[in-house]
Amino acid sequence: MRFKLPLAIFILMVGLLAYGLGLDPKKVPSPLIDKPAPAFSLASLHAPQQQISNKDLLGEVWVLNVWASWCVACRAEHEFVTRLAQMELVKVIGLNYKDRSVDAKGWLQQWGDPYSASLMDADGRIGIDWGVYGVPETFIVDKNGLIKYKFIGPINQGTLDSEIVPLLRELLS
Amino acid sequence: MCFLLFTPPLQAAIESYEFESTQMEADYYRLVSELRCLVCQNQNLAGSNADLAKDLRRQTYELLAQGKTPDQVAQYMVDRYGDFVLYRPRLKRDTLLLWFGPFVMLVLVLWLVIRAMRKKQNLVPPNADALERARQLLSDNRD
Repeated sequence: MRFKLPLAIFILMVGLLAYGLGLDPKKVPSPLIDKPAPAFSLASLHAPQQQISNKDLLGEVWVLNVWASWCVACRAEHEFVTRLAQMELVKVIGLNYKDRSVDAKGWLQQWGDPYSASLMDADGRIGIDWGVYGVPETFIVDKNGLIKYKFIGPINQGTLDSEIVPLLRELLS
Repeated sequence: MCFLLFTPPLQAAIESYEFESTQMEADYYRLVSELRCLVCQNQNLAGSNADLAKDLRRQTYELLAQGKTPDQVAQYMVDRYGDFVLYRPRLKRDTLLLWFGPFVMLVLVLWLVIRAMRKKQNLVPPNADALERARQLLSDNRD
């Protein structure tokens, strides 16, 4: 009887700590969800004189995949980004983050280019606007230009099946 | 790993910026020490050598140079990276527990301690017979 209260507090603490241990501190929730996608106007990797801006994509659902040739995890998720692009649900736009265009082109040549368009963010400023802090990152933007989803880290088949593809279908319908 | 261990954190901020005023310089150093580097989460922007920290220091400098106030710069970072970038969390509904939780705990514990002490004082003193028996037992033991 006299130990009931301390025991209850102890169990509560253990519960909270166990929950806290299960969280990933690297996953910082983005404040950008349901906010308008930050504006950009960037040179295309393959046609540097051509500028692509977020306004060109208004009215359609699209995916922004942030990657770099120096990013090891990007290589790991490349297969799944390619799979997503091959489903032809939406445009997958690549944001080449803090990279050199020679390296980026070489990388795409070597591993295949799944992107409808590749944008060059050589100095990382657009990355800052999008709150990018660890490549790869994947965003989904809806028809109204609002960011609906952000995934930090390499996507895999599980992420595609359970989160990305269902959300895309929902936003498209 | 060894490299990390032996790198003094103060050497991380190697870029040199020219400040237009001492006020701007003070604002800059206060901001980079109070903003978190998101790549190496237990470091501030000032102490981090990560590429992103470098970029964010540059951004901080440029925004200040454009005449933005330190609050506006902090807000700029929060808009992009969330409240987590602030080492000194703002006082708002979500952070009430964080700010006042410890004081609530303190009051709670004080109340429990006081209650326990009162209970002790209210204990009935043992009666004379019992005391006498206890003394007897103790002295028996000693023999």
